[in-house]
Amino acid sequence: MFFQQFFAQVMNGLTLGSTYALIALGYTMVYGILELINFAHSEIYMTGAFVGLIMVTVYKLPFAAALLAGMAGSCILGVIIEKVAYRPLRKATRIAPLISAIGVSIFLQNAALLIFGPQARAFPANFNSVSLNFGLVQISSLQLLILVISVLLMVTLHFLIHKTKIGQAMRATAQDKETAQLMGIKIDRVISFTFAIGSALGGAAGVLVGVYFNSADPMMGFFPGLKGFVAAVLGGIGNIPGAMIGGLILGMAEVFGAVYMSQYKDAIAFAVLILILLFKPTGLMGQRIQEKV
Amino acid sequence: MRMNYYLQVLTVLGINIILAVSLNLISGYTGQLSLGHATFMGIGAYTATLLTLKLHVPFLLSLIFGAAVAALFGFIIGVPTLRLKGDYLAIATLGFGEIMKNILLNMKITGGPMGLRGIPKVTNIYIVAVAVVIVIFSLNRIMISRVGKSFIAIREDELAAEAMGINTTNYKILAFVIGAFYAGIAGGLYAFLFRYINPNNFGFMKSIEILCMVVLGGMGNTAGAILGAALLTVLPEFLRSVSPVISQYRMVFYGLLLVIMMIVRPQGLLSGTSFYPRYPRRLSVEKSAGKGGQ
Repeated sequence: MFFQQFFAQVMNGLTLGSTYALIALGYTMVYGILELINFAHSEIYMTGAFVGLIMVTVYKLPFAAALLAGMAGSCILGVIIEKVAYRPLRKATRIAPLISAIGVSIFLQNAALLIFGPQARAFPANFNSVSLNFGLVQISSLQLLILVISVLLMVTLHFLIHKTKIGQAMRATAQDKETAQLMGIKIDRVISFTFAIGSALGGAAGVLVGVYFNSADPMMGFFPGLKGFVAAVLGGIGNIPGAMIGGLILGMAEVFGAVYMSQYKDAIAFAVLILILLFKPTGLMGQRIQEKV
Repeated sequence: MRMNYYLQVLTVLGINIILAVSLNLISGYTGQLSLGHATFMGIGAYTATLLTLKLHVPFLLSLIFGAAVAALFGFIIGVPTLRLKGDYLAIATLGFGEIMKNILLNMKITGGPMGLRGIPKVTNIYIVAVAVVIVIFSLNRIMISRVGKSFIAIREDELAAEAMGINTTNYKILAFVIGAFYAGIAGGLYAFLFRYINPNNFGFMKSIEILCMVVLGGMGNTAGAILGAALLTVLPEFLRSVSPVISQYRMVFYGLLLVIMMIVRPQGLLSGTSFYPRYPRRLSVEKSAGKGGQ
């Protein structure tokens, strides 16, 4: 009995953690290249959920189509945001794009409030979720689906970054923008591409979480956005495997923490973050930066 | 009636000026990006309110005590987090803010999500005006002192400052404590103005709002922080009053304006070259010129 409950919680933690990891990837990729905390990412996630929701409820499309549409919608939005709100500020102080990002976030959140209203909407999955039994481990097919899709997306991303030409360009740009440019890399295109990929992952997370909790509302991005970011910092911001691990740790910590003190569920994520930062100031997998005079 | 409304906006403006100016000390002058300034405001507000409601402490005393408790929390939060740098510090302060909000939401004595009501209305435009003058005056005194120069040195180059014998960690904590003290005063004034507080008044969005005032006005410039506070206090009220249609889209415009203002003037309205507040800069230039002549 104990083991059954334990494994059920592990599955919950993994599911939640994998969605945090997807969100964290968007933050970490953008940060790796621009050193910008993209505060609008939580709204990109929310937009993905709503695009998916519209596909499922208005056009009665299957879940797979909704997921792809959500990713496409977020992808386009992310690229537009970068072009309009961040690109003009690339040479400004570090804080200016941050405020601009906050502005975009406020704008999108309130635009969604005007369009969809403040109440949460049901987000049906359009398929029957059954409970699968593997001896001690019990998992719903919905959880399994979310896990499989998340892992698939992360593996694809890993392949994209390490095995393709554009991935190489992204890594080069992250390391040194000027030198990358000298090597003939069009960094504007690379940055756009980074936003496109990161935002698509965020949109996928939005649709998956929407279906998982069967709800979507304009403010839904706030906490997952913060926690996705926490996950990115936890793993070492700018580090892609770090974001995945950070997401999983956070999901686990939250699910197991909630067993003992459910009312402090939202605080747990931040407590874990501060603890880790105190002992390892650049995150779990972050590199130590040499201070130069 | 209309007069009362204007006075109310002005009073809120005064509170916002204290908040912006105090965050400017931490982020603008000392260069430590904080995303949890509203936390200190909240601690000041809750302490002052509880002292008055439960122990019947007089207003002024509870205001100062609230600020002192906020400063104490500034110290407690500052000691571990200020070892972190840049964005990591920002996130740690954000995290502490969220934890504190969660604690306020779950404690019995703070009324949980219901907050505290029935606070006597004491704050008025005169009290706020006096507070603003005291805060700005004392801040200017700090900034022209040795301590203020150390703050600016830390922002300009932490390593060089350390090489010059400035204990950077201690001074960063000091900046945090002073900023938290002022924010605590603003929180107390806020509680006794609106007569009702709940944890969401002091959440992440409020911290961001204060930061926007500072950045919009120009980081590291007291006059800029005041201007930023004025703009971001009056602008939403103005948008509300223009027409009901705009009022409905108020927050959408607010977000849009932040983006536009940053693109048009990323360094803030009053800023860029002036690293010091006006008055100390003139002083410091003259002093060093005098020394050079000797």
